[in-house]
Amino acid sequence: MKREYDVLVVGGGPAGAFAAKTFAEKGYTVLLTEKRPAIGAPVRCAEGVGKTLMHEFLKPEDSWVAAEIEKANIIAPDGFTMELEPEKAGSEVGYVLNRKVFDRDLVWMAAGAGADVQVKTRAVSPIMEKGEVKGAILNQGGSTYEIRAGLTIAADGVESKFSRWCGVDTTVPFREIETCAQYLMTGIDIDPNATDFFVGNLIAPGGYVWIFPKGDKIANVGVGIGGDRSKPGNRPVDYLNRFVAKNFPNGKTIELIAGGVSVCQPLSCTVANNLMIVGDAARVSDPLTGGGIYAALYTGQLAGDVGSKALENGDTSSHALMPYDSTWRSSYLGKALERNYQIKEVFIKMNDEDLNAIIHSVSKMNLTDFNTLNLIKSIISANPKIAIKLGKAGLKSFIDSF
Amino acid sequence: MIKVHREICAYCGCCVSVCPDGALELVDAYLDIDMNACKDCGICVRVCPLGALEAKK
Ligand SMILES: Cc1cc2nc3c(=O)[nH]c(=O)nc-3n(C[C@H](O)[C@H](O)[C@H](O)COP(=O)(O)OP(=O)(O)OC[C@H]3O[C@@H](n4cnc5c(N)ncnc54)[C@H](O)[C@@H]3O)c2cc1C
Ligand code: SF4
Ligand code: SF4
Repeated sequence: MKREYDVLVVGGGPAGAFAAKTFAEKGYTVLLTEKRPAIGAPVRCAEGVGKTLMHEFLKPEDSWVAAEIEKANIIAPDGFTMELEPEKAGSEVGYVLNRKVFDRDLVWMAAGAGADVQVKTRAVSPIMEKGEVKGAILNQGGSTYEIRAGLTIAADGVESKFSRWCGVDTTVPFREIETCAQYLMTGIDIDPNATDFFVGNLIAPGGYVWIFPKGDKIANVGVGIGGDRSKPGNRPVDYLNRFVAKNFPNGKTIELIAGGVSVCQPLSCTVANNLMIVGDAARVSDPLTGGGIYAALYTGQLAGDVGSKALENGDTSSHALMPYDSTWRSSYLGKALERNYQIKEVFIKMNDEDLNAIIHSVSKMNLTDFNTLNLIKSIISANPKIAIKLGKAGLKSFIDSF
Repeated sequence: MIKVHREICAYCGCCVSVCPDGALELVDAYLDIDMNACKDCGICVRVCPLGALEAKK
Protein backbone atom coordinates (compact mmCIF):
# COMPACT_ATOMS: atom_id res chain seq x y z
CA MET A 1 0.00 0.00 0.00
CA LYS A 2 1.17 3.47 -0.93
CA ARG A 3 2.16 5.52 2.12
CA GLU A 4 3.49 8.63 0.46
CA TYR A 5 1.65 11.11 -1.72
CA ASP A 6 2.16 14.58 -3.11
CA VAL A 7 -1.18 15.60 -1.66
CA LEU A 8 -3.40 14.25 1.13
CA VAL A 9 -6.99 15.50 1.19
CA VAL A 10 -8.90 15.05 4.46
CA GLY A 11 -12.65 14.92 3.79
CA GLY A 12 -14.69 13.79 0.79
CA GLY A 13 -17.29 16.58 0.53
CA PRO A 14 -17.45 18.90 -2.48
CA ALA A 15 -14.43 20.92 -1.31
CA GLY A 16 -12.20 17.87 -0.84
CA ALA A 17 -13.39 16.19 -4.02
CA PHE A 18 -12.72 19.29 -6.10
CA ALA A 19 -9.31 19.84 -4.58
CA ALA A 20 -8.37 16.18 -5.17
CA LYS A 21 -9.65 16.32 -8.74
CA THR A 22 -7.68 19.48 -9.51
CA PHE A 23 -4.39 18.16 -8.10
CA ALA A 24 -4.83 14.80 -9.83
CA GLU A 25 -5.55 16.46 -13.17
CA LYS A 26 -2.27 18.31 -12.86
CA GLY A 27 -0.49 15.00 -12.48
CA TYR A 28 0.15 14.92 -8.72
CA THR A 29 -0.37 11.80 -6.64
CA VAL A 30 -3.36 12.34 -4.37
CA LEU A 31 -5.07 10.42 -1.59
CA LEU A 32 -8.55 11.52 -0.55
CA THR A 33 -9.61 10.09 2.78
CA GLU A 34 -13.20 10.17 4.06
CA LYS A 35 -14.21 8.98 7.50
CA ARG A 36 -17.77 8.04 6.64
CA PRO A 37 -18.58 4.72 4.98
CA ALA A 38 -20.45 6.41 2.12
CA ILE A 39 -19.67 9.67 0.36
CA GLY A 40 -22.46 12.21 0.76
CA ALA A 41 -24.51 10.34 3.34
CA PRO A 42 -26.07 11.31 5.65
CA VAL A 43 -26.84 14.53 3.81
CA ARG A 44 -26.31 17.76 5.76
CA CYS A 45 -27.77 20.22 3.31
CA ALA A 46 -30.90 21.79 1.85
CA GLU A 47 -29.25 21.21 -1.53
CA GLY A 48 -30.00 24.55 -3.18
CA VAL A 49 -27.42 26.13 -5.48
CA GLY A 50 -27.50 29.07 -7.88
CA LYS A 51 -27.46 28.13 -11.56
CA THR A 52 -24.85 30.64 -12.69
CA LEU A 53 -22.58 29.77 -9.78
CA MET A 54 -22.86 26.08 -10.49
CA HIS A 55 -22.21 26.53 -14.21
CA GLU A 56 -18.90 28.17 -13.36
CA PHE A 57 -17.64 24.69 -12.48
CA LEU A 58 -19.90 22.00 -13.81
CA LYS A 59 -22.48 21.12 -16.39
CA PRO A 60 -25.23 19.67 -14.25
CA GLU A 61 -26.12 16.02 -14.83
CA ASP A 62 -29.77 14.99 -14.80
CA SER A 63 -29.07 12.58 -11.97
CA TRP A 64 -27.95 15.40 -9.64
CA VAL A 65 -30.75 17.80 -10.29
CA ALA A 66 -33.89 17.10 -8.31
CA ALA A 67 -35.62 20.33 -9.32
CA GLU A 68 -35.07 23.50 -11.30
CA ILE A 69 -36.06 26.65 -9.49
CA GLU A 70 -37.63 29.57 -11.33
CA LYS A 71 -38.57 31.87 -8.51
CA ALA A 72 -38.19 32.49 -4.82
CA ASN A 73 -40.82 33.62 -2.33
CA ILE A 74 -39.95 35.48 0.83
CA ILE A 75 -42.72 35.27 3.40
CA ALA A 76 -42.85 38.00 6.03
CA PRO A 77 -43.92 37.32 9.63
CA ASP A 78 -47.34 38.84 8.84
CA GLY A 79 -47.83 36.34 6.03
CA PHE A 80 -47.19 38.79 3.18
CA THR A 81 -45.36 37.10 0.31
CA MET A 82 -42.79 38.86 -1.78
CA GLU A 83 -42.09 37.09 -5.05
CA LEU A 84 -38.65 37.28 -6.52
CA GLU A 85 -38.88 36.56 -10.21
CA PRO A 86 -35.75 35.49 -12.08
CA GLU A 87 -34.43 38.98 -12.86
CA LYS A 88 -34.89 39.99 -9.25
CA ALA A 89 -33.81 36.79 -7.60
CA GLY A 90 -30.43 36.81 -9.33
CA SER A 91 -28.38 33.77 -8.57
CA GLU A 92 -30.98 32.40 -6.18
CA VAL A 93 -32.62 30.96 -9.25
CA GLY A 94 -31.09 27.59 -9.41
CA TYR A 95 -31.15 23.92 -8.77
CA VAL A 96 -32.09 21.76 -5.87
CA LEU A 97 -29.59 18.93 -6.03
CA ASN A 98 -29.49 15.34 -4.94
CA ARG A 99 -26.37 15.74 -2.81
CA LYS A 100 -26.00 12.01 -2.27
CA VAL A 101 -25.55 11.58 -6.01
CA PHE A 102 -23.74 14.87 -6.57
CA ASP A 103 -21.11 14.39 -3.85
CA ARG A 104 -20.45 10.84 -4.99
CA ASP A 105 -20.03 11.91 -8.60
CA LEU A 106 -17.54 14.59 -7.59
CA VAL A 107 -15.43 11.98 -5.80
CA TRP A 108 -15.74 9.73 -8.83
CA MET A 109 -14.41 12.58 -10.95
CA ALA A 110 -11.44 12.89 -8.60
CA ALA A 111 -10.86 9.15 -8.80
CA GLY A 112 -11.25 9.29 -12.58
CA ALA A 113 -8.56 11.95 -12.69
CA GLY A 114 -6.23 9.59 -10.85
CA ALA A 115 -6.74 10.29 -7.14
CA ASP A 116 -6.77 7.37 -4.72
CA VAL A 117 -9.82 7.29 -2.45
CA GLN A 118 -10.45 5.66 0.90
CA VAL A 119 -13.70 5.61 2.83
CA LYS A 120 -14.32 4.81 6.48
CA THR A 121 -10.81 6.06 7.03
CA ARG A 122 -10.47 8.92 9.48
CA ALA A 123 -7.57 11.30 9.90
CA VAL A 124 -6.90 11.09 13.64
CA SER A 125 -3.99 13.50 13.84
CA PRO A 126 -1.56 15.36 11.65
CA ILE A 127 2.08 14.32 11.41
CA MET A 128 3.85 17.40 12.77
CA GLU A 129 7.58 17.84 12.36
CA LYS A 130 9.31 21.07 13.40
CA GLY A 131 5.94 22.81 13.48
CA GLU A 132 5.09 21.74 9.94
CA VAL A 133 2.40 19.41 8.67
CA LYS A 134 3.84 16.36 6.93
CA GLY A 135 0.68 14.33 6.34
CA ALA A 136 -1.60 12.54 8.75
CA ILE A 137 -2.17 9.47 10.81
CA LEU A 138 -5.20 7.64 9.50
CA ASN A 139 -7.39 5.09 11.20
CA GLN A 140 -8.88 2.54 8.86
CA GLY A 141 -10.96 -0.29 10.27
CA GLY A 142 -9.31 0.06 13.66
CA SER A 143 -5.70 0.07 12.54
CA THR A 144 -3.65 3.22 12.25
CA TYR A 145 -0.90 4.13 9.83
CA GLU A 146 0.95 7.17 8.57
CA ILE A 147 0.39 8.81 5.23
CA ARG A 148 3.12 11.31 4.40
CA ALA A 149 2.37 14.11 2.00
CA GLY A 150 4.03 17.28 0.73
CA LEU A 151 0.77 19.14 1.02
CA THR A 152 -2.27 18.39 3.17
CA ILE A 153 -5.72 19.81 2.46
CA ALA A 154 -8.15 20.17 5.36
CA ALA A 155 -11.57 19.72 3.74
CA ASP A 156 -13.20 18.27 6.82
CA GLY A 157 -16.38 20.30 6.85
CA VAL A 158 -18.22 22.08 9.62
CA GLU A 159 -16.92 19.67 12.28
CA SER A 160 -13.35 20.32 11.17
CA LYS A 161 -10.78 19.22 13.72
CA PHE A 162 -7.76 18.72 11.51
CA SER A 163 -6.73 22.38 11.33
CA ARG A 164 -7.23 22.72 15.07
CA TRP A 165 -4.82 19.84 15.61
CA CYS A 166 -2.36 21.74 13.40
CA GLY A 167 -2.71 24.79 15.64
CA VAL A 168 -5.38 26.84 13.85
CA ASP A 169 -8.35 27.78 16.03
CA THR A 170 -11.48 26.87 14.09
CA THR A 171 -14.04 27.24 16.89
CA VAL A 172 -17.28 28.78 15.66
CA PRO A 173 -18.65 31.29 18.22
CA PHE A 174 -21.88 29.70 19.38
CA ARG A 175 -24.06 32.66 18.46
CA GLU A 176 -22.63 32.28 14.96
CA ILE A 177 -23.58 28.72 14.31
CA GLU A 178 -26.88 28.35 12.52
CA THR A 179 -28.30 25.20 14.06
CA CYS A 180 -30.62 23.35 11.68
CA ALA A 181 -33.13 20.55 11.38
CA GLN A 182 -34.75 19.45 8.15
CA TYR A 183 -37.20 16.85 6.92
CA LEU A 184 -37.32 15.48 3.42
CA MET A 185 -41.08 15.36 3.01
CA THR A 186 -43.39 13.82 0.52
CA GLY A 187 -47.11 14.27 -0.15
CA ILE A 188 -47.03 18.02 0.42
CA ASP A 189 -48.70 20.70 -1.64
CA ILE A 190 -45.96 22.97 -2.92
CA ASP A 191 -44.92 24.82 -6.06
CA PRO A 192 -42.29 22.45 -7.50
CA ASN A 193 -40.39 25.33 -9.14
CA ALA A 194 -40.27 27.86 -6.31
CA THR A 195 -38.22 28.05 -3.14
CA ASP A 196 -39.90 29.54 -0.07
CA PHE A 197 -38.12 31.40 2.71
CA PHE A 198 -40.14 32.24 5.84
CA VAL A 199 -38.69 34.75 8.28
CA GLY A 200 -39.85 35.77 11.73
CA ASN A 201 -38.86 35.50 15.34
CA LEU A 202 -41.70 33.16 16.19
CA ILE A 203 -40.88 30.62 13.51
CA ALA A 204 -37.09 30.89 13.17
CA PRO A 205 -35.31 33.40 15.42
CA GLY A 206 -32.05 34.54 13.84
CA GLY A 207 -32.64 32.36 10.80
CA TYR A 208 -35.36 31.19 8.47
CA VAL A 209 -37.57 28.31 7.44
CA TRP A 210 -37.00 26.97 3.93
CA ILE A 211 -38.97 24.85 1.53
CA PHE A 212 -36.75 23.63 -1.29
CA PRO A 213 -38.69 21.45 -3.74
CA LYS A 214 -37.21 18.19 -4.99
CA GLY A 215 -39.99 17.28 -7.37
CA ASP A 216 -43.75 17.05 -7.39
CA LYS A 217 -45.03 17.16 -3.79
CA ILE A 218 -41.53 16.50 -2.43
CA ALA A 219 -39.32 19.03 -0.67
CA ASN A 220 -36.63 19.69 1.88
CA VAL A 221 -38.47 21.49 4.65
CA GLY A 222 -36.08 22.86 7.22
CA VAL A 223 -35.35 25.47 9.81
CA GLY A 224 -32.16 27.14 10.95
CA ILE A 225 -31.93 29.35 14.03
CA GLY A 226 -29.10 31.23 15.71
CA GLY A 227 -27.14 29.03 18.12
CA ASP A 228 -27.81 31.44 20.97
CA ARG A 229 -31.57 31.18 20.38
CA SER A 230 -31.71 27.43 20.80
CA LYS A 231 -33.21 26.25 24.11
CA PRO A 232 -34.94 23.16 25.45
CA GLY A 233 -38.40 23.08 23.85
CA ASN A 234 -37.27 25.67 21.31
CA ARG A 235 -34.61 23.85 19.41
CA PRO A 236 -34.54 23.68 15.60
CA VAL A 237 -36.37 20.36 15.64
CA ASP A 238 -39.14 21.90 17.81
CA TYR A 239 -39.55 24.86 15.44
CA LEU A 240 -39.60 22.45 12.52
CA ASN A 241 -42.21 20.19 14.09
CA ARG A 242 -44.46 23.18 14.78
CA PHE A 243 -44.06 24.50 11.23
CA VAL A 244 -44.80 21.13 9.70
CA ALA A 245 -47.80 20.45 11.97
CA LYS A 246 -49.29 23.76 10.90
CA ASN A 247 -48.46 23.73 7.20
CA PHE A 248 -48.11 20.10 6.16
CA PRO A 249 -50.13 18.04 8.66
CA ASN A 250 -50.60 15.23 6.11
CA GLY A 251 -47.06 15.22 4.74
CA LYS A 252 -44.82 12.25 5.31
CA THR A 253 -41.27 12.54 6.47
CA ILE A 254 -38.85 10.20 4.75
CA GLU A 255 -35.57 11.60 6.07
CA LEU A 256 -34.39 13.56 9.10
CA ILE A 257 -31.42 15.84 8.63
CA ALA A 258 -29.60 17.77 11.34
CA GLY A 259 -26.70 20.09 10.90
CA GLY A 260 -24.84 23.27 11.65
CA VAL A 261 -23.74 26.01 9.29
CA SER A 262 -21.19 28.55 10.38
CA VAL A 263 -22.31 32.14 9.81
CA CYS A 264 -19.18 33.69 11.31
CA GLN A 265 -16.30 35.45 9.55
CA PRO A 266 -13.99 33.12 7.61
CA LEU A 267 -10.82 31.90 9.36
CA SER A 268 -8.35 34.75 9.59
CA CYS A 269 -5.80 32.68 7.68
CA THR A 270 -6.53 29.61 5.57
CA VAL A 271 -2.97 28.38 4.97
CA ALA A 272 -0.07 27.18 7.09
CA ASN A 273 3.18 25.45 6.21
CA ASN A 274 2.16 22.53 3.94
CA LEU A 275 -1.52 23.00 4.83
CA MET A 276 -4.49 24.54 3.02
CA ILE A 277 -7.98 24.80 4.51
CA VAL A 278 -10.97 24.66 2.15
CA GLY A 279 -14.77 24.69 2.19
CA ASP A 280 -16.77 24.70 5.43
CA ALA A 281 -13.59 23.95 7.38
CA ALA A 282 -12.37 27.44 6.37
CA ARG A 283 -15.73 28.88 7.51
CA VAL A 284 -16.57 30.19 4.06
CA SER A 285 -20.27 29.32 3.99
CA ASP A 286 -22.48 32.34 3.34
CA PRO A 287 -23.36 34.05 6.65
CA LEU A 288 -26.73 35.22 5.34
CA THR A 289 -28.04 32.26 3.38
CA GLY A 290 -26.00 29.43 4.88
CA GLY A 291 -25.08 28.27 1.38
CA GLY A 292 -21.67 26.65 1.12
CA ILE A 293 -21.67 24.38 -1.93
CA TYR A 294 -20.34 27.06 -4.26
CA ALA A 295 -17.71 28.17 -1.75
CA ALA A 296 -16.61 24.55 -1.30
CA LEU A 297 -16.18 24.03 -5.06
CA TYR A 298 -14.47 27.38 -5.50
CA THR A 299 -11.99 27.05 -2.65
CA GLY A 300 -11.35 23.37 -3.44
CA GLN A 301 -10.43 24.13 -7.02
CA LEU A 302 -8.42 27.23 -6.13
CA ALA A 303 -6.43 25.28 -3.54
CA GLY A 304 -5.68 22.75 -6.27
CA ASP A 305 -4.46 25.46 -8.63
CA VAL A 306 -2.33 27.38 -6.15
CA GLY A 307 -1.11 24.24 -4.37
CA SER A 308 -0.01 22.68 -7.67
CA LYS A 309 2.13 25.69 -8.47
CA ALA A 310 3.67 25.55 -5.01
CA LEU A 311 4.47 21.84 -5.45
CA GLU A 312 5.95 22.54 -8.85
CA ASN A 313 8.24 25.18 -7.33
CA GLY A 314 9.14 22.89 -4.44
CA ASP A 315 7.97 25.44 -1.87
CA THR A 316 4.78 24.74 0.08
CA SER A 317 5.47 27.13 2.94
CA SER A 318 2.60 29.26 4.19
CA HIS A 319 4.17 32.15 2.30
CA ALA A 320 4.10 30.24 -0.98
CA LEU A 321 0.50 29.13 -0.36
CA MET A 322 -0.69 32.60 0.60
CA PRO A 323 -1.97 33.47 -2.91
CA TYR A 324 -4.75 30.95 -2.22
CA ASP A 325 -5.87 32.96 0.82
CA SER A 326 -5.58 36.37 -0.81
CA THR A 327 -7.22 35.25 -4.07
CA TRP A 328 -10.41 33.90 -2.52
CA ARG A 329 -10.67 36.90 -0.18
CA SER A 330 -10.60 39.36 -3.07
CA SER A 331 -12.81 37.22 -5.30
CA TYR A 332 -16.56 37.42 -5.82
CA LEU A 333 -16.87 34.89 -2.99
CA GLY A 334 -14.76 36.85 -0.52
CA LYS A 335 -16.64 40.05 -1.20
CA ALA A 336 -20.03 38.38 -0.95
CA LEU A 337 -19.05 36.81 2.38
CA GLU A 338 -17.96 40.17 3.76
CA ARG A 339 -21.09 41.96 2.60
CA ASN A 340 -23.48 39.23 3.67
CA TYR A 341 -21.84 39.06 7.08
CA GLN A 342 -22.73 42.72 7.63
CA ILE A 343 -26.28 42.17 6.41
CA LYS A 344 -26.64 39.12 8.62
CA GLU A 345 -25.54 41.10 11.67
CA VAL A 346 -28.40 43.50 11.00
CA PHE A 347 -30.90 40.83 10.03
CA ILE A 348 -30.55 38.83 13.23
CA LYS A 349 -31.35 41.89 15.33
CA MET A 350 -34.60 42.69 13.55
CA ASN A 351 -37.92 42.22 15.25
CA ASP A 352 -40.96 41.09 13.29
CA GLU A 353 -42.14 44.65 12.78
CA ASP A 354 -38.83 45.54 11.08
CA LEU A 355 -38.98 42.42 8.94
CA ASN A 356 -42.54 43.15 7.83
CA ALA A 357 -41.63 46.75 7.00
CA ILE A 358 -38.60 45.77 4.97
CA ILE A 359 -40.28 43.04 2.98
CA HIS A 360 -43.26 45.26 2.21
CA SER A 361 -41.09 48.14 1.06
CA VAL A 362 -38.77 45.99 -1.05
CA SER A 363 -41.71 44.36 -2.80
CA LYS A 364 -42.88 47.81 -3.93
CA MET A 365 -39.54 48.67 -5.45
CA ASN A 366 -39.17 49.14 -9.14
CA LEU A 367 -37.25 46.38 -10.87
CA THR A 368 -34.89 48.75 -12.67
CA ASP A 369 -33.78 50.16 -9.31
CA PHE A 370 -32.87 46.76 -8.06
CA ASN A 371 -29.21 47.05 -7.19
CA THR A 372 -27.95 46.50 -3.70
CA LEU A 373 -27.03 50.04 -2.77
CA ASN A 374 -30.37 51.37 -3.97
CA LEU A 375 -32.02 48.58 -2.10
CA ILE A 376 -30.33 49.57 1.14
CA LYS A 377 -31.00 53.26 0.61
CA SER A 378 -34.68 52.63 -0.03
CA ILE A 379 -34.98 50.33 2.93
CA ILE A 380 -33.44 52.92 5.17
CA SER A 381 -35.55 55.82 3.89
CA ALA A 382 -38.68 53.69 4.10
CA ASN A 383 -37.78 52.44 7.58
CA PRO A 384 -35.83 55.08 9.49
CA LYS A 385 -36.13 52.97 12.63
CA ILE A 386 -33.89 50.39 11.07
CA ALA A 387 -31.27 53.02 10.37
CA ILE A 388 -31.37 53.96 14.04
CA LYS A 389 -30.95 50.35 15.03
CA LEU A 390 -27.89 50.02 12.86
CA GLY A 391 -26.26 53.06 14.39
CA LYS A 392 -23.89 55.29 12.50
CA ALA A 393 -20.96 52.92 12.50
CA GLY A 394 -23.11 49.98 11.49
CA LEU A 395 -24.67 51.98 8.71
CA LYS A 396 -21.30 53.01 7.37
CA SER A 397 -19.84 49.52 7.30
CA PHE A 398 -23.10 48.33 5.78
CA ILE A 399 -22.98 50.79 2.92
CA ASP A 400 -19.21 50.50 2.48
CA SER A 401 -19.56 46.81 2.01
CA PHE A 402 -21.42 47.24 -1.29
CA MET B 1 -20.17 16.00 32.55
CA ILE B 2 -21.76 15.80 29.13
CA LYS B 3 -23.84 12.83 28.11
CA VAL B 4 -24.82 12.01 24.51
CA HIS B 5 -28.21 10.45 23.97
CA ARG B 6 -27.24 8.34 21.01
CA GLU B 7 -30.82 7.46 20.20
CA ILE B 8 -31.45 11.18 19.57
CA CYS B 9 -28.14 12.24 17.98
CA ALA B 10 -28.09 12.35 14.18
CA TYR B 11 -24.27 12.75 14.07
CA CYS B 12 -24.32 16.08 12.31
CA GLY B 13 -21.22 17.67 13.85
CA CYS B 14 -22.88 20.98 14.76
CA CYS B 15 -21.78 20.65 18.40
CA VAL B 16 -18.21 19.78 17.39
CA SER B 17 -17.79 23.09 15.56
CA VAL B 18 -18.63 25.21 18.62
CA CYS B 19 -16.73 23.38 21.35
CA PRO B 20 -14.01 25.82 22.41
CA ASP B 21 -11.87 23.02 23.84
CA GLY B 22 -11.97 20.54 20.99
CA ALA B 23 -13.47 17.99 23.36
CA LEU B 24 -15.98 16.58 20.91
CA GLU B 25 -15.33 14.48 17.88
CA LEU B 26 -17.61 12.97 15.33
CA VAL B 27 -16.25 9.51 14.66
CA ASP B 28 -18.28 8.44 11.65
CA ALA B 29 -21.76 7.76 13.08
CA TYR B 30 -21.17 8.47 16.73
CA LEU B 31 -20.04 11.35 18.84
CA ASP B 32 -17.05 10.94 21.11
CA ILE B 33 -16.45 13.14 24.17
CA ASP B 34 -13.04 13.64 25.69
CA MET B 35 -14.00 14.10 29.34
CA ASN B 36 -10.53 15.34 30.19
CA ALA B 37 -10.71 18.17 27.69
CA CYS B 38 -14.34 19.15 28.40
CA LYS B 39 -14.74 22.21 30.63
CA ASP B 40 -18.48 21.77 31.12
CA CYS B 41 -19.29 25.10 29.49
CA GLY B 42 -22.59 23.74 28.15
CA ILE B 43 -22.33 25.40 24.74
CA CYS B 44 -22.73 22.12 22.87
CA VAL B 45 -25.85 21.30 24.89
CA ARG B 46 -27.44 24.56 23.78
CA VAL B 47 -26.72 24.36 20.07
CA CYS B 48 -27.62 20.73 19.38
CA PRO B 49 -30.55 20.94 16.93
CA LEU B 50 -32.14 17.80 18.32
CA GLY B 51 -31.41 18.07 22.03
CA ALA B 52 -29.19 15.00 22.09
CA LEU B 53 -26.74 16.34 24.67
CA GLU B 54 -27.28 16.63 28.38
CA ALA B 55 -25.16 18.26 31.06
CA LYS B 56 -24.98 15.91 34.07
CA LYS B 57 -23.86 16.90 37.51
C1 LIG C 1 -29.10 21.98 7.23
C2 LIG C 1 -28.14 22.51 6.22
C3 LIG C 1 -28.62 23.06 5.04
C4 LIG C 1 -27.73 23.55 4.07
N1 LIG C 1 -28.25 24.00 2.91
C5 LIG C 1 -27.42 24.42 1.92
C6 LIG C 1 -27.95 24.83 0.66
O1 LIG C 1 -29.16 24.77 0.41
N2 LIG C 1 -27.08 25.26 -0.28
C7 LIG C 1 -25.73 25.31 -0.06
O2 LIG C 1 -24.98 25.73 -0.95
N3 LIG C 1 -25.21 24.90 1.11
C8 LIG C 1 -26.02 24.45 2.11
N4 LIG C 1 -25.49 24.02 3.30
C9 LIG C 1 -24.03 24.05 3.49
C10 LIG C 1 -23.35 22.92 2.72
O3 LIG C 1 -23.92 21.69 3.06
C11 LIG C 1 -21.86 22.92 3.04
O4 LIG C 1 -21.36 24.23 2.91
C12 LIG C 1 -21.05 21.98 2.14
O5 LIG C 1 -21.39 20.66 2.34
C13 LIG C 1 -19.57 22.18 2.44
O6 LIG C 1 -18.79 21.26 1.75
P1 LIG C 1 -17.41 20.76 2.35
O7 LIG C 1 -16.83 19.87 1.33
O8 LIG C 1 -16.63 21.92 2.82
O9 LIG C 1 -17.80 19.98 3.67
P2 LIG C 1 -18.69 18.66 3.87
O10 LIG C 1 -19.64 18.48 2.76
O11 LIG C 1 -19.22 18.73 5.25
O12 LIG C 1 -17.62 17.49 3.78
C14 LIG C 1 -16.65 17.28 4.77
C15 LIG C 1 -16.32 15.82 4.81
O13 LIG C 1 -15.17 15.60 5.61
C16 LIG C 1 -15.33 14.40 6.33
N5 LIG C 1 -14.43 14.43 7.49
C17 LIG C 1 -14.51 15.23 8.58
N6 LIG C 1 -13.49 14.99 9.43
C18 LIG C 1 -12.74 14.01 8.86
C19 LIG C 1 -11.55 13.32 9.27
N7 LIG C 1 -10.93 13.61 10.43
N8 LIG C 1 -11.06 12.35 8.46
C20 LIG C 1 -11.69 12.06 7.28
N9 LIG C 1 -12.81 12.67 6.85
C21 LIG C 1 -13.34 13.64 7.62
C22 LIG C 1 -16.80 14.42 6.68
O14 LIG C 1 -17.27 13.12 7.00
C23 LIG C 1 -17.43 14.98 5.41
O15 LIG C 1 -17.81 13.99 4.51
C24 LIG C 1 -26.34 23.52 4.30
C25 LIG C 1 -25.85 22.99 5.50
C26 LIG C 1 -26.73 22.48 6.44
C27 LIG C 1 -26.19 21.90 7.71
S1 SF4 D 1 -25.19 18.55 17.50
FE1 SF4 D 1 -26.52 17.04 18.47
S2 SF4 D 1 -27.24 15.73 16.78
FE2 SF4 D 1 -25.46 16.87 16.02
S3 SF4 D 1 -23.69 15.51 16.45
FE3 SF4 D 1 -23.87 16.91 18.20
S4 SF4 D 1 -25.13 15.76 19.67
FE4 SF4 D 1 -25.41 14.76 17.68
S1 SF4 E 1 -19.54 21.33 27.53
FE1 SF4 E 1 -18.24 22.86 26.47
S2 SF4 E 1 -16.16 22.01 26.62
FE2 SF4 E 1 -17.57 20.34 27.11
S3 SF4 E 1 -17.89 19.27 25.17
FE3 SF4 E 1 -19.55 20.79 25.36
S4 SF4 E 1 -18.80 22.59 24.31
FE4 SF4 E 1 -17.02 21.30 24.69
